[in-house]
Order: sequence, then structure tokens, then C-alpha cells
Amino acid sequence: MAIEVRIPTILRPLTGGAKAVEGSGDTLDELLTDVDSRHAGLRGRLVDDSGLRRFVNVYLNDEDVRFLGGLGTTVKDGDTVTVLPAVAGGAR
Amino acid sequence: MQPKGIPRGRALAPPVTITAMLRISRALIDQVVAHARADHPDEACGVIAGPAGSDRPERFIPMVNAERSPTFYRFDSMEQLAVWRELDDRDEEPVVIYHSHTATEAYPSRTDVSYASEPEAHYLLVSTREPDETEIRSYRIIDGVVTEEDVEIGEALSAAQE
Repeated sequence: MAIEVRIPTILRPLTGGAKAVEGSGDTLDELLTDVDSRHAGLRGRLVDDSGLRRFVNVYLNDEDVRFLGGLGTTVKDGDTVTVLPAVAGGAR
Repeated sequence: MQPKGIPRGRALAPPVTITAMLRISRALIDQVVAHARADHPDEACGVIAGPAGSDRPERFIPMVNAERSPTFYRFDSMEQLAVWRELDDRDEEPVVIYHSHTATEAYPSRTDVSYASEPEAHYLLVSTREPDETEIRSYRIIDGVVTEEDVEIGEALSAAQE
């Protein structure tokens, strides 16, 4: 068993084109570090020095991890983590 | 490329040597404009979905602007998850991502470019700054590079196509 991480189109160059990759860890932070060990650069697209990047949405199953515990959110085998770039912009 | 008029009341031309183009039905354009006008002066945003790989915008999906702002838009994260899952289930993709500028021209701002994250989508911008005229333009935004494309509005294209 593992944790599935679903990858959006724009980040698939980092996963060899794969739509989903697998990883392990007890928290989202550990999971992203584990996945980054095989798909270098992925973590940096999702996380910066202050935590999860503002314009990336990360979901644990059906919840936005911002409403859970951010990078500290507990994850377990069988969970699905979905990454979606925020759709945002505007005249400002 | 300079702003140009949108062809009106014209059948689709045969394929010519244009490298980038958005073909879209009049009915869908009318829905985008109606949404933008309804939310003015806040920016409106949404998606037009189509079968994956088809490049055919067919299904109008207005989205909530979670920012409710005249100068910024962002899809609500939970609504986006629900819609993106639905697209996956239906083997669709976001063919068009649209939003309005309510006081400036329909050209991607630096903000639009920096957050553009769907390299395969047409970014459709409408400007509602003029009360009686709506500017409609479309772009590809890939790796920070903006490329304007023609918009061909087809009267013949309808929600009932195929």
C-alpha cells in the first residue's frame, strides 16, 4: 500500500508524464519529500520557505489541506493526494 | 497582434494557415458575456469544457470568483476540485478558461501570465469596461509567453454539435 499523488498536466514533465505517482510518509511534508526523492523538483513547485505555495491547491482525499493541517496534515496508506494549480489572475 | 473585430454572422471558414485559433459557438460566447456583465464590476471567471483532445469548447461551467474582486479572480478551491473531477470522469478537459477585466482591456496582465497553469487551454478574456461593447480576445499562455490567437465565432456551432 502507498499514498497516491495525482499530478496536474503542468507538472507532469517532472514525473516522466505520469498522471499519478506513489509515495509514503506520515505527514504531507514527509510524503512530498519522499516523492521528490524520485521526481526531483516536484516538492519545490509545491512548497517554499513559508509552507505550501499560495497558488497551488493540495487536497487530501476530498479536503483542501489548508483546512486540515497544511504540510503537517497526517496522511496514511490508501489516501489520495491531489495537486491542482489554482486558476487565478486578474487585472491587478 | 492588434485588437481585431470578431467576425459576426459568418459561417466557419475552411481551414487556413493559422497556427492558433479558438473556434467557439455564438451561444457559448453569449453565456460568457452574460456572466461577465452580471458580475461586473467584479471579475467573472469560469471554464468551457470539451472532450479531451478535441479542442472543442462545448460545456459552459461558470465558476465562483472566490476573491469577489474587481481586480482579481481565483476559482474557489473546493469548487475547482469538484469540477476537475467531473471533467476527469467525463473524459473532458478545460478547453477554455475565461475571465473578465472590468476596467482594463482584454489582454493578459502580468498576474494572469504568472498564474497561468493550463498550457493546453485557451485563455479567453472579455473586457466589460465599456457598457455597450464587450471586447473578446483569446490567448495561449505557456511558460510565461503570451500568444494571441484569432477567435472564430460560429453560428453553426451549437451545443448540439455531434
